[in-house]
Amino acid sequence: MSTTTAGRVTTTQPKRKKISDRAKAERRLGWLLCAPAVIVMLLVAGYPIINAFVLSLQRADLRFPDANKFIGFDNYGTVLSSSLWWQDVFHTLIITGISVAIELVLGMMLALVMHRAIFGRGAVRTSILIPYGIVTVVAAFSWRYAWSLDSGWIPGLLGINTDPLTQTGWSYVAVIITEVWKTTPFMALLLLAGLALVPDELHEAAKVDGASAWQRFWRITVPLIKPAILVALLFRTLDAFRIFDSVFILTAGQNNTETVSILGYNQLLNRLNLGLGSTVSVLIFVMVVIIAFIFVKGFGTSLAQQRGET
Amino acid sequence: MPSTGREKATWGVINVVVILAALIPVVWIMSLSFKDPSTIADGNFFPSKWSTENYSGIFQTSEFTDALRNSIGIALITTVIAVTVACMAAYAIARLNFPGKVLILTAALAVAMFPPISIVGPLFNIWREVGLYDTWPGLIIPYLSFSLPLAIYTLSAFFREIPWELEQAAQVDGATPFQAFRKVIVPLAAPGVFTTAILVFIFAWNDFLFAISLTSTNAARTVPAALSAFPGESQFTQPIGSVAAAAVIVTIPIIIMVLIFQRRIVAGLTAGAVKG
Repeated sequence: MSTTTAGRVTTTQPKRKKISDRAKAERRLGWLLCAPAVIVMLLVAGYPIINAFVLSLQRADLRFPDANKFIGFDNYGTVLSSSLWWQDVFHTLIITGISVAIELVLGMMLALVMHRAIFGRGAVRTSILIPYGIVTVVAAFSWRYAWSLDSGWIPGLLGINTDPLTQTGWSYVAVIITEVWKTTPFMALLLLAGLALVPDELHEAAKVDGASAWQRFWRITVPLIKPAILVALLFRTLDAFRIFDSVFILTAGQNNTETVSILGYNQLLNRLNLGLGSTVSVLIFVMVVIIAFIFVKGFGTSLAQQRGET
Repeated sequence: MPSTGREKATWGVINVVVILAALIPVVWIMSLSFKDPSTIADGNFFPSKWSTENYSGIFQTSEFTDALRNSIGIALITTVIAVTVACMAAYAIARLNFPGKVLILTAALAVAMFPPISIVGPLFNIWREVGLYDTWPGLIIPYLSFSLPLAIYTLSAFFREIPWELEQAAQVDGATPFQAFRKVIVPLAAPGVFTTAILVFIFAWNDFLFAISLTSTNAARTVPAALSAFPGESQFTQPIGSVAAAAVIVTIPIIIMVLIFQRRIVAGLTAGAVKG
């Protein structure tokens, strides 16, 4: 899932004092209304991840169903000692790190443009929503054909004579550009909403005191929108880490661009090795949890402020 | 803010750069789709010879039309169910006092951060056993669970902005909490619900990983999956023209939605996230 909004998890309702029958009815209605959503989420996210863990402890290859057997953590040993897994982790981290860094800078610039623009704000906002809304596979195809030597305009522009998508360096450039193009708008909109909360008076006051625009940005804007920056970073990092669509279309994991999601997909659906594939899946899940944990732990206080608990 | 001519020019340049950057890949795939098949590989940005042959080509076989039907059907059904279920949950979260609320929101957040690849294998396995592999419900169910967190967060943010005194007034007049929900709040909440529906639709329309993993034939394959499996004219030629034409067709509804509802989409995307 590519776009999610995080929010404050507490409601700021005044405590209502009511007779207990009423409170009980309210409680029951609350559970009743939430039940369908909770059941769907549990069934389709909770149960399969447990199932994936169970599968990861087995030798389970759909091509050799008779050889199925419980083998404990052997699959984890196999995956964690293979250089392929660590290479793919490395590729994924490179793509994630570079894309998110570029997106943060570009997204901030875009947000400031939309925030401060004297005119054309609506046109800019409409046009950046198109990359956000467009199907990722379509965007990836458009970029692939643009880079491809026999149909595209980019090789001619850069004066490249060999197909860029067969070379490691250019493949990364293409994947990262596709990712940045597609998701910077999301980053920019989250930051823009943060900017809207910065009072103009602060800027005016700082201006009177002689602060330059650069100083005002670092001393006023950034600290005040830090929560928005962190939420945007958290969601984009987790999202980029599971990158699949654009790599699949652009290079199919060739030229050392295979990411962990592509590895998992190949194991599960091409080699039909559910045991090893599930092990990769569980490891990806664990890494996502670790990334989320680092964010929440490292920036916990800011996230709490974000939820309006200040 | 007083603006001089020079400032205006600067802003104009910045705006043009941003808009061009956002639109170039879209214009490029459109231009590819209108290139005559004989000139498709000429590398020019704009067609040197226009034709609609690519479009008539993809409508000749059922490969694309079936995929289009699947995409529309699956995305619409997902949207309706997800928004209904999320409305109920978001109402309870925004309005009612009951224990476990924080737990539900935390669970939703966890699902939102969940890597889909982690459950593709088990779903592939289970779906084949229970007969959901390569069917519409086989895709709708995972889409529901991944769009619900987004829908619940967006909707509960919208629901907090609603003037709830009206609901109490209805209850004073003798309505049950459920009636108050259905007759007073639902109409008031319509804009938020609508925005959420757009976001869920875009999500379901967009998905690729589940679509290629859990389908195998035209029975349930959606357009993104079909695009990646389009056959070329021969083993060695790429189906560039067909892919481009099909890509443009699935992009048009999104562009129209964005143009009409841009304010709502922006509000929806940021509703749960930043407003404190």
